[in-house]
Amino acid sequence: MSTTHSKALVADPKLTHISKQLQHTSPFISCRFDPTGQFVYGTAEDMTIQRWRLADGKKVSYPAVHDSWVRGLAFLDGGKTLVSAGYDGRLIWWSATSDKPVPLRKVKAHHGWIRYLDARPDGKLLATGGHDRVLKIWSATDGKLIRELPGHQNDIYSTFFHPKEPVVLSGDLSGVVKQWDLKTGKEIRIFDAKELHTYNGGQQVHYGGVRSMSISPDGSLLSCSGLHKAPNPLGAVNEPDVLAFDWKTGKLKTSHITSNNLKGIAWRACYHPQGFLVACSGGSGGGHLLFWKPGQAKEFHRVNLKNTARDLDLHPSGIMLATAHHDRRIRISTMQKKAVKKKT
Amino acid sequence: MDYQNASHSVEHQIARRQFLGGLAGGMGAVAGGLGFMAMPESTLKLNKNQKRIVMIYMSGGLCQLESWDPKPKTDTGGPFRAIATSVPGLHISELLPMTAKNMHRLALIRGINTKENEHGRGRYLMTKGRRQTPAGEFPHLGAVAAKALAPANIGLPGYVRVSSGGGGSRGNDAAYLGPKFASITLGNGKPPLNCTLPKGISEAEDKGRNAFRQRANERFALKRKSAQTDAYTYNYEQAKKLMQKRDVFDASKEPAKLQERYGNHPIGKHCLLARRLLENGISFVQVTHANYDTHNENFSFHYEQLGEFDRAFSALVEDLHDRGMLESTLIIVMSEFGRTPRINRNYGRDHWSAAWSVCLGGGKIKPGAVIGKTNKNGTKVIDREVDEGHLFHTYLTAVGLESTDTFNIGGREYPLANPARGPIEELIV
Repeated sequence: MSTTHSKALVADPKLTHISKQLQHTSPFISCRFDPTGQFVYGTAEDMTIQRWRLADGKKVSYPAVHDSWVRGLAFLDGGKTLVSAGYDGRLIWWSATSDKPVPLRKVKAHHGWIRYLDARPDGKLLATGGHDRVLKIWSATDGKLIRELPGHQNDIYSTFFHPKEPVVLSGDLSGVVKQWDLKTGKEIRIFDAKELHTYNGGQQVHYGGVRSMSISPDGSLLSCSGLHKAPNPLGAVNEPDVLAFDWKTGKLKTSHITSNNLKGIAWRACYHPQGFLVACSGGSGGGHLLFWKPGQAKEFHRVNLKNTARDLDLHPSGIMLATAHHDRRIRISTMQKKAVKKKT
Repeated sequence: MDYQNASHSVEHQIARRQFLGGLAGGMGAVAGGLGFMAMPESTLKLNKNQKRIVMIYMSGGLCQLESWDPKPKTDTGGPFRAIATSVPGLHISELLPMTAKNMHRLALIRGINTKENEHGRGRYLMTKGRRQTPAGEFPHLGAVAAKALAPANIGLPGYVRVSSGGGGSRGNDAAYLGPKFASITLGNGKPPLNCTLPKGISEAEDKGRNAFRQRANERFALKRKSAQTDAYTYNYEQAKKLMQKRDVFDASKEPAKLQERYGNHPIGKHCLLARRLLENGISFVQVTHANYDTHNENFSFHYEQLGEFDRAFSALVEDLHDRGMLESTLIIVMSEFGRTPRINRNYGRDHWSAAWSVCLGGGKIKPGAVIGKTNKNGTKVIDREVDEGHLFHTYLTAVGLESTDTFNIGGREYPLANPARGPIEELIV
């Protein structure tokens, strides 16, 4: 979800530590905080959605209504309504805060996987994309299809609403990022993120893709996360990479890489309200949080997450990060000094 | 090797008379050599008595859970669903919708346990039907087919591989059957290299130099004939015929609509080429599709690869059926092993030989059959476990051979298949 973080507290990436671990029975795929910041949600390989209240750890399990893994989550009505997007090609609306959640609406949205779901910050529109290579814009309130935007030559890996401008973006496996006018549905321009794509002739596979996008708080930079240096896609030999484009000119400004050839994928990267960029990396090099300053290629800080990471979200407070992990945990990391436990 | 090891009329002959029983008609029907190959396609009369094999080799290890034995909504099932097929009650992965419509022409073996998780050794045992031993080499199924099924004087190689990599040379995969039954690889599905006369050499000049070569060969052979010189001469004669029949290896000669049906990608072109080769009398064609060794992002890569395979393979099955070739052509879809039910941290699956599947069809394979069963989440075989030995016997039986028979090579008996195993009888019509 394209979130703004106007009430952000001061975060210090160098003080980042794992402050909470939330356990499930199946490996996690993705995670999101709700807009109120009270809950964290995770989707798992058992096709369920799990919800925890951060204050007391109370867990609520959503039934496995999707016929496949759930890859995308987005919130409407300030967090009262949850929309999930699955590899079964469906969007499902839920009452987010119920103790016994039931589907409110099911929409057959795409042929094949939905790889990404984003909600516009005003909660009125949803953007989805996936294997059928068509960007689709939906009415969040009634689930009606508003626009179909074909044009990608390869699978769409991520979608993103600009938080302030009436545009939406879609990034594909080939590293093509299209910017579309929401009012007219016309393609405005293309960002060249091909650095995030590899074709391996020996293995005969396409690999990489634009895994996530975000806009810097001042609106000057667009980030596209993914991977590069992939000599062995089938063996997970690749390195995380986040490309930062100048929003005005569309030109690549910085390729954010790692200092010692860390192996992994930058599954998601978000600009923090304080201006730095944070990403989660997961893969054969384990799971890490990576922090970059705008304009600097190498990260200025890194946190080992103990297990490979598959998704990231930034808490509305700007202080916490949630990461989804293969070891069946959602980890909450806090970018502040550790709380000292009082001795009893 | 002395010529005695591959001697004259008994050279490479099969020991028992009954082995030839099923082939006699086929060989007789092509006594005229390559004449039938010169006919235009519309008038080409396929020799339906000749048996053939087409093997689609899913290199790296196709995942059984994303193909022939899906386990949706289990801890190992992954994100893909199972879909109904043309066989009531039989479901396969949703990644194979076009193949699903052809399952009534195919059969599945779901209870394979080959106990070998290393690529090279797995490839060896699956294509040769026996484990690799220091004691000696075994021939590839293609070499066995080239020897046992190829019509006499066909002129063309009996065993052809089609791959996306390089090609040209003759393989070293015929073991004791001798080099003339070894594979010829068509790299990138292209015709063999140097199939046309060099510029500046006329046909008359070529004829003259070939006659000279032949005389020199014959003179040399009077005193110093060996298996190697025999194979050399054989290859030369075969090369001459390849030059005459170059078009057989060119799938672009097929109608545009048919090319489209197979798909405009390497596996589509290679499957179409395979059908063309089989139709023109080549006994064994192996098409390799890479790469399924998906330790990372198994689901994305299987989606990417199987989309192409599904189209090409279903077109091949339908095309063979439409041309009346299915009854005489055994189809095999195999790998060196399957993939782990457990999904690893990189959304990958690793090597797994304890419970996996192979798809067969055509020949004497019972259409729509499903043999063997795995447990709920696919971690082990719970019914009718078979291994590479059973499979190899079954392939041979499905093309009308007596799989318990032997080759007599220089007076020594070589079993066609592992004598400790037998065919999967319930799979044979």
